[in-house]
Amino acid sequence: MSAVTDAPVTQRAVAPVATRAQRWRRRYGLPAMGTLIVLIWIVVAITAPLLSPHDPNMVDVTNRLKPPSGAHWLGTDALGRDVFTRLLFGSRISLTTGFVVVIVGALFGTLLGGIAAFARGKIEEAIMRLTDLVLCFPPIILALAIAAALGIGTTNTIIAMLVVWWPKFARLAHSMVLTQRSQEYVEAAIVAGFGPARILFRHIIPNSVGPLIVLVTLDVGNAIITFAGLSFLGLGVVPPTAEWGSMVAEGRELVAQWWVATFPGFCILTIVLGFNFLGDGVRDWLDPKAMKR
Amino acid sequence: MNMTFKAELNGAAPDTDTPALKVENLRTQFFTDDGIVTAVDGVSFTVAQGEALGIVGESGSGKSVTALSLMRLLDEPARITAGEVHFQGKDVLAMNPEELRAVRGDRMAMVFQDPMTSLNPVLKIAKQLVETMVVHGRFTPEQAGKRAVGLLGRMGVTAPERAVESYPHQFSGGMRQRVMLALGMSNEPALLIADEPTTALDVTIQAQILDLIRELNRDFGTSVVLISHDLGVIARVCRRTIVMYGGEVVEEGLTEDLLADPRHPYTWALINAVPRIDEVRPSDRRLTTIEGQPPDPFDLPKGCRFAPRCPFRIEKCDSHPDLAEVAPGRKSRCWVTQAGTPLPKKQRHAKAEAEAKAKTEAKTEAKAATPRVIAGRDEAPLLSLRDVVKHFPLPKTGYFQPRRAVHAVDNVDLDVFRGETVGLVGESGCGKSTLARVVMRIHQPDSGEVVFAGQDIARSSQKQIRPLRRRLQMVFQDPYGSLNPRMTVGDMIAEPLRFHGITKTNAETQERVADLLNTVGLNPRVGRRYSYEFSGGQRQRISIARALAVEPDFIVADEPISALDVNIQAQIINLMLDLQEKYGLTYLFIAHDLAVVRHISDRVVVLYLGKVMEIAPADQLFDRPLHPYTRYLLSAVPIPDAVVERERGYLKLDGEPPSSIEPPSGCRFRTRCPLAKEICASVPPPLVEHAPGHVAACHFAGQLQ
Amino acid sequence: MTRYIVSRLGITIVMAVLATLVIFLIANTVPGDPVLAQLGDVAASNKEFVAEWRAKFGLDLPLWHRYLIFLYGLIHGDLGISIASQRPVLDDIVQFAPATLELATIGFVLALLVGIPLGIVAAVWRDTWVDHIARVVSLIGVSSPTFWLAFIMLAVFYGGLEIAPGPGQLDPIALAPDRVTGLLLIDTVIAGDWGTFRDAAAHLVLPSIVLAAATLGLITRTTRASMLESIQQDYVRVARAKGLRKSTIILGHVFPNALIPVVTLGGLAYAQLLSGAVMTETIFSWPGLGLYTFRSAAALDFPAIMGITLVVALVYLLINLMIDISYAYLDPRVMR
Repeated sequence: MSAVTDAPVTQRAVAPVATRAQRWRRRYGLPAMGTLIVLIWIVVAITAPLLSPHDPNMVDVTNRLKPPSGAHWLGTDALGRDVFTRLLFGSRISLTTGFVVVIVGALFGTLLGGIAAFARGKIEEAIMRLTDLVLCFPPIILALAIAAALGIGTTNTIIAMLVVWWPKFARLAHSMVLTQRSQEYVEAAIVAGFGPARILFRHIIPNSVGPLIVLVTLDVGNAIITFAGLSFLGLGVVPPTAEWGSMVAEGRELVAQWWVATFPGFCILTIVLGFNFLGDGVRDWLDPKAMKR
Repeated sequence: MNMTFKAELNGAAPDTDTPALKVENLRTQFFTDDGIVTAVDGVSFTVAQGEALGIVGESGSGKSVTALSLMRLLDEPARITAGEVHFQGKDVLAMNPEELRAVRGDRMAMVFQDPMTSLNPVLKIAKQLVETMVVHGRFTPEQAGKRAVGLLGRMGVTAPERAVESYPHQFSGGMRQRVMLALGMSNEPALLIADEPTTALDVTIQAQILDLIRELNRDFGTSVVLISHDLGVIARVCRRTIVMYGGEVVEEGLTEDLLADPRHPYTWALINAVPRIDEVRPSDRRLTTIEGQPPDPFDLPKGCRFAPRCPFRIEKCDSHPDLAEVAPGRKSRCWVTQAGTPLPKKQRHAKAEAEAKAKTEAKTEAKAATPRVIAGRDEAPLLSLRDVVKHFPLPKTGYFQPRRAVHAVDNVDLDVFRGETVGLVGESGCGKSTLARVVMRIHQPDSGEVVFAGQDIARSSQKQIRPLRRRLQMVFQDPYGSLNPRMTVGDMIAEPLRFHGITKTNAETQERVADLLNTVGLNPRVGRRYSYEFSGGQRQRISIARALAVEPDFIVADEPISALDVNIQAQIINLMLDLQEKYGLTYLFIAHDLAVVRHISDRVVVLYLGKVMEIAPADQLFDRPLHPYTRYLLSAVPIPDAVVERERGYLKLDGEPPSSIEPPSGCRFRTRCPLAKEICASVPPPLVEHAPGHVAACHFAGQLQ
Repeated sequence: MTRYIVSRLGITIVMAVLATLVIFLIANTVPGDPVLAQLGDVAASNKEFVAEWRAKFGLDLPLWHRYLIFLYGLIHGDLGISIASQRPVLDDIVQFAPATLELATIGFVLALLVGIPLGIVAAVWRDTWVDHIARVVSLIGVSSPTFWLAFIMLAVFYGGLEIAPGPGQLDPIALAPDRVTGLLLIDTVIAGDWGTFRDAAAHLVLPSIVLAAATLGLITRTTRASMLESIQQDYVRVARAKGLRKSTIILGHVFPNALIPVVTLGGLAYAQLLSGAVMTETIFSWPGLGLYTFRSAAALDFPAIMGITLVVALVYLLINLMIDISYAYLDPRVMR
């Protein structure tokens, strides 16, 4: 019920208190679903070769653009490759790039932002202005430019994405550390005589990780979509590597052979949804205000 | 137009025999996921036409929920599950939403605790006032616009014509509360509910707001329900008072009777837990406290809800008492007083007696030179501040703007001697917390000396100060913010022990942590738990244990009790007194509660806008203040005694403290001082000794009548 | 007020100059060899030819000198020559921009018109079916890759149901109006060609919905979250205690406060819209900047990519400037 609704009359009836199951579902339902989706995809990525009888890159021109059937569950593409198998293998690249970009970007950004907030003065100024500078480009466009300059390839695209990825973490970490710095428990640590490194790593950082974890979780999905987008534009992976974004690109004009482009896109949707569910859940757990209801 | 409305109101008013508000058996419950909490349990009371009723209780007693229930302003999961609230002949609880809306803000208005968040930050004051008047159809927008200016003027807002065109952030807390009162009074309601309206304000501003509420009650005949945890506030405004505990009314009566002769042990405990500013400090400074914590709302005691903490409990208290008459016009929910047993009277020294006593005793006391009185000052002070300045630069507003700064602390001189307690008082923004942080070298002073144990630490690096940290510790204000939420209590106390090499082995550390927890009155087993599992009072004990870990001899306590309920305050004060006795500690005690400061301090320092106004031995300062500001400050403190409150006249300090970004020239208090002459604007008054140990910074010290 | 705007403007100009430096550095120092990229393998293997070519384009000069030349060119509207089209990049951008502007504007307005009310409704009736629908819509909006959504829409409504027109801005047989503004809807009106106007409008439906989807999700989510935040504030309780109507409280008190964080999204929404435009236009063969970007990327047309990046970054800075200025009007606390 909303905060601005007035209950019609006195509610004399005793309201039902949520059952355990209802409470669990409300608090953990979506995050649990998100975890499940993400876990399934991780298992798929690891066991991909075991799950499919086909080779993802085996070209069979006689068998091209076959609709879904018993032999090829999700049909074949323009080169006669099995779409299902390529989907399974595609999860490897998506998950790897998603995690690598976000984790490396988060570590690097957090470190820089934390140092900036703790060092103050010229160092802070320099780091934060650099952050502003990168943030004054729309991320995908800058990544596109850098990736284009570096040349096609998974590693190059990851590097390009990292360049645009770290600043938001730097900004968040900077503001988090600044907030924590003025908290009384940090003053208590100063009063105890602890050195700056101990205060930063033992007191401030453990109390700043919450929002960072939320951002990391939500952001993996984001990174996966961005990488797929760059691949769709032909920058992400070198053919014939199986990758969801480039698979959609390959099938983008095959409206009649809808299975070629539909399924890889759907895979992206599910995995990004999974990370979003998970991230929302993590945010609710870490936000005491959301806990209250 | 105004007149006709008034006439209409008067005509519509019911005869004076029916009460303005009649609450019967009100029950409000919170249907949380963890179970049902009955926050208000069968509360009944009446408010007569034009009467001011006070509701007192500590946090969790249900007093604020009661207030919100009266207007049905509670949100899910709170629900009013039983009772009736008769207002002007109609049951508010049975009204449909449209009827309810018509009552709210019209005949029944409410003022909330926090003026800083109660006004909408993006709307002009004018709009917020006008919409209330227009929505109830009493005024056209033009009339309402004019009336808004008039109301603000009536509430003491300076330059009301300009004020209505401003946004809330341009006002101080006191001014915003005036706007909130104007809002409440805009439709001339029959009943004004004020929920802790002055808790967030400074004491001189509190006095102004309470005066205003009293005037509204007297001049407009508006009935008032005033909710407060502060008995002094209630005593100043309310004719009758009810006391709440554990969601129930436990005592009801005329305010003066109730305060003079409490008939419920809880009221008794509340009254005795607070020191009084008009009392000379007794030789034993320990306060009367009751054991334990307020009841767990999920698991209320079956019998009397106060019984587990009650020092007078009898066997019968295992069954639940009713609220019954114990004397004419007095009701109490207590088996003991219902049976006619009186509660012990605490020896109180009335002010006149006290003064006489103080005079006769002054000499003997000084000569006896009890350890409490620092007589000869031959020894070097433990802490000595000279000319300490700390300004905080503000971010520039533009490239070509001069850099401005908050003048937090300006040229402060202060000595603290071994073994004494120095109280540091002043209103918010006076620089007392900054001064504490300069002493602790959390902040580095811009200039001046901070000499601790003979060593000037004003310019020292953190590394150089480190050895001194073992002697110099701090207890913080916020029981929630001052403990690291990601560390266990044990780790928090053990960390400095290990860091300074005080304990060598793990077993030794654990033993010492257990000792410390014992010392502050906590079970050593709590060391394994995290701070969020504790109440405010327990957290403050943990904070004290952490400070004690390094065996300091000097502790700066920055408002250590201001976030706590009175009984818990008394417990912490007693703990600090015990520790002082046991370890010979020296305290620099910062507080805004003057009565507490008088009670525990040997000497008191008064700060105003970053400058020292007056320093004197505690009783001398409170009985014979020399600086006009001190006089005003002391006079503003409400005394929990209705008779005293009714009879005493007090000095009214108008206006608000000026900005600490551009403080006044010369004497900083001159802009509000009735004695101010030209010299005050040009020459900053030096601190001059007027009596032994009594210094004041005023050109006309002691001349205010 | 003026002081605030001037100071924001100053910062924007400084950032714009720095942005040109970043673009220049990417173009000139990133490991990928521009000579190789521009000349192709065969020519690049001829050392003499390469040296001559370098001298011709000033690539043998020191870096700072080249940057000054680059800046000088920029000021005179010289963004280099596109390899693919062999035309000045700026001319290409001017030609393709209107189609994107038209599509993006409609998509953005659509996202605002749906997203903000949806967010408000979801917050007010929290945890009811409206809220659940809003949540699903916004989650799918932010989680589905735009290029895929575009493909699905095209496959379903054009390929499958055949109720929507195919890719492109106009039917192949339709006659494009004279180019005045470059915006088809406006040019057709100027030409008085209502048949073509209808055709152009029909072609806009699917791509603008696709383009709106991601931004819509973002806006709905943020509006809902900031409405909820604002609803919990004390002043809302005060407004109820005043006896105001629920609609007045929501729209007059809560919404003005909730709008502030939503405006912050402007920059993010623009970035979303841009990347969305690249994907959408590619699938819908929409002759705009997005398609141009896609083709330039696919052909590794380096000058074109850099030109686009620069133009996009400058517009982005401008949008952020406008957001900063609009703050001053929305939130009185900014002006201290």
